Amino acid sequence: MVATSLQELYNWGRKSSLWPLNFGLACCAIEMIATTMARYDLARFGAEVFRPSPRQADLMIVAGTVTKKMAPQVVRLYNQMPEPKYVISMGACAISGGPFKQGYNVLKGIDRYIPVDVYIPGCPPRPEALIDAFMMLQRKIDAQYLTGPDRPRHLNSEMPSEFVVPEFGAHDLVPTKNSEIWSAPLVNISNAGKNEPGRD
Amino acid sequence: MSVLSDASVDLISGDGSEHLSGELLEISMGPQHPSTHGVFRMNVTLDGEQVVKLKPVFGYLHRNHEKIAESESYLGCMPYTDRLDYICSITNNWAYALAVETLAGIKVPERAEYLRVITGELTRLQNHAGLIGFLLQDMGASGTPLMYAFREREKVLDLFEALTGARMMCNYMRFGGCRCDLPAGWLEGAKKVVDGFPRFLDEFESLLKTNEILMARTQGVGIVTKAQAINAGLSGPMARASGVDYDLRKVDKYGIYERFNFRVPLGEVGDVYDRYMLRVLEMRESIEILKQAIRDLPEGPIMDPGTKIRGFRPKAGEAYGRIEGPKGELGFYLISDGSPNPYRFRVRPPSLINLTLLEDMCLGQNVADIVIILGSVDIVLGEVDR
Amino acid sequence: MNLEEIKSQIEANVPGCRLEIIPNGSPSGQHSLLVNVEHGFAVASFLRDGAIPRFDFCSNVSGIDWPVKEVSTKVKVKKLVDGVEKDVDEVVKSQTGGYLEVVYHLYSIEQREGPVILRMRTEDRAERNHVPSLTPIWRSAEFQEREAYDLFGILFDGHPDLRRLLMWEGFEDHPMRRDYVDPDDYEYEPTAHDDVLKRAQAHRPAEEGGL
Repeated sequence: MVATSLQELYNWGRKSSLWPLNFGLACCAIEMIATTMARYDLARFGAEVFRPSPRQADLMIVAGTVTKKMAPQVVRLYNQMPEPKYVISMGACAISGGPFKQGYNVLKGIDRYIPVDVYIPGCPPRPEALIDAFMMLQRKIDAQYLTGPDRPRHLNSEMPSEFVVPEFGAHDLVPTKNSEIWSAPLVNISNAGKNEPGRD
Repeated sequence: MSVLSDASVDLISGDGSEHLSGELLEISMGPQHPSTHGVFRMNVTLDGEQVVKLKPVFGYLHRNHEKIAESESYLGCMPYTDRLDYICSITNNWAYALAVETLAGIKVPERAEYLRVITGELTRLQNHAGLIGFLLQDMGASGTPLMYAFREREKVLDLFEALTGARMMCNYMRFGGCRCDLPAGWLEGAKKVVDGFPRFLDEFESLLKTNEILMARTQGVGIVTKAQAINAGLSGPMARASGVDYDLRKVDKYGIYERFNFRVPLGEVGDVYDRYMLRVLEMRESIEILKQAIRDLPEGPIMDPGTKIRGFRPKAGEAYGRIEGPKGELGFYLISDGSPNPYRFRVRPPSLINLTLLEDMCLGQNVADIVIILGSVDIVLGEVDR
Repeated sequence: MNLEEIKSQIEANVPGCRLEIIPNGSPSGQHSLLVNVEHGFAVASFLRDGAIPRFDFCSNVSGIDWPVKEVSTKVKVKKLVDGVEKDVDEVVKSQTGGYLEVVYHLYSIEQREGPVILRMRTEDRAERNHVPSLTPIWRSAEFQEREAYDLFGILFDGHPDLRRLLMWEGFEDHPMRRDYVDPDDYEYEPTAHDDVLKRAQAHRPAEEGGL
């Protein structure tokens, strides 16, 4: 009984004081700033201060398009954050490239290089959607067990907390994705283009 | 951070007797840094606290608008223009619509022109309000002025949401008019917002005239002369703060701006103080234009009934259309080859060109001034990098 | 302000330059002036300093890629048909393009005139792609010419600092060219078709060891 209430206390402490990193990339950043302003106050949920330094932040809200030129910087910042750390991928661009998916300089989703906890669709998502995602992250933290095989990354010394930083190649980033975290999702393509019954 | 050990500097102390040898320090400000202008990087070389060299690095938000536009139809490019200067999406739409209307020779009905002016000036108001909030935050008043500025901005965004359905990415203009007409009660709401705005402006103007810190930090900092401004292609409030009397609303007279009675404020010295004060005065003039436009709004259609929407293929040729956006001269250069997609879609970005003189403005200034100077240029990375 | 008048002013003051007025097919009426590369700098200097009105403001610098294109035009030719001379339509094939172009939009702030559109074309799209840089004349061209170099590969002689602006150093392509091939970045499409479908099918065997 002591163990469960300790776990609750531990999780409550962590979820109620998530300090985000001051990291806005594009248009979603303006909505993120609007969320922290007086009308849709994010500070009442515990995100009291936005830290400028990654060494002091627990949450990285990737708000905006991640371009290939910026991708190594994003991954480096993520590596510099101390555990426990969480990532919210805000907006269509950070999820999968968004409206700029065809671009040669656009990274098709930040989850190719770093693990993401919550995705917020929208272009840009409303401030209420960001608050909803924040609450969803808090629920996710609440449901974490401190011991056992499901324990979070920072209590499990075998799981990596730093990820490969991509380099600039001659035509593209090298490597184009981190295969340990992301693999191309399956597409039901056997039905399209052929006159065969679908199989999957 | 790296120290350039082979670029050593001899410093002479005050009474000329001692030589202190020092080294130049090279730091990289950005791409992630707290003054929230976006992913912008500057490689700054410092001699103590003073700037010796400054090279900006762009491209961290290069989202390939121009390449994507070559595979989209003309109308399909309209939502992409929202995301160029993501704070003022309606004026971006207007510039693009104007360029296509110049290319294809399309006329716009009167009610649509008035609606364009009303929404365009509201955009200018919320842009300048946000900018002043950010500038004060950069100067150290962490958070509170920005809260007040965003409070005003939220009122304007509510109006946009009621009209177009979206707070920021409005996608409001079409070739030959506007997308949708005013809902019931919108005009009264707009009148209330416009009438309440001068109170907010009075608060901020009094801050400017009486606050010593602000005046000491902004006067004489980041000076641009008139000749430099014209040669470097500066436009908008940046150029007018240096005394260049060039406002596209008065020069090109696009739309129906001839009918409105408004003044164009000009600066004298061209420092950060002038740019700040100019934007406050421009907001006052925008309020005047809004009052006149809301009063004179006629009835009528918002799109020309004869405009072709499906299968829009302008004749082969080119056109350059430009407007006075809140940041400067926003222009679109379109080349058509008779197909439904543009052959070349070029955006003339005011923010990028206004940054041409960034190094010149910052030389000899302190590190802390770089942030203020950059804030007064008013850049949005979506437009700089496209 | 008439483009013909400006053209004659330039021809009178810059000897040896070759100018051509390129008409504009659209209703915008913005015709442009094509200048040969050797005299581009002298013409631009004259436009900024000596012309009436003086064009002191360079607003926009764009690069354009014109790959080689086959154009067939119908021409009326007199031919002998059955012993009678008639006008017959014949299709003549020609080639246009094969160069990179840079376009400058110039305005005069003091006289409120403009735009005068100046164009310069390179010789081809491969090696001989040099044009003079107009940055020493109008500082506003500095970043825009760097961008034209980055995205199109046009080399500007005399530019104080010609390096890539938007893409990273070490990037080897010029992405805005019409023949640029995107890197194969697998993107998830729920309803894949055409090219995206082919690329998804190519990736899937690699991901799962063949299916």
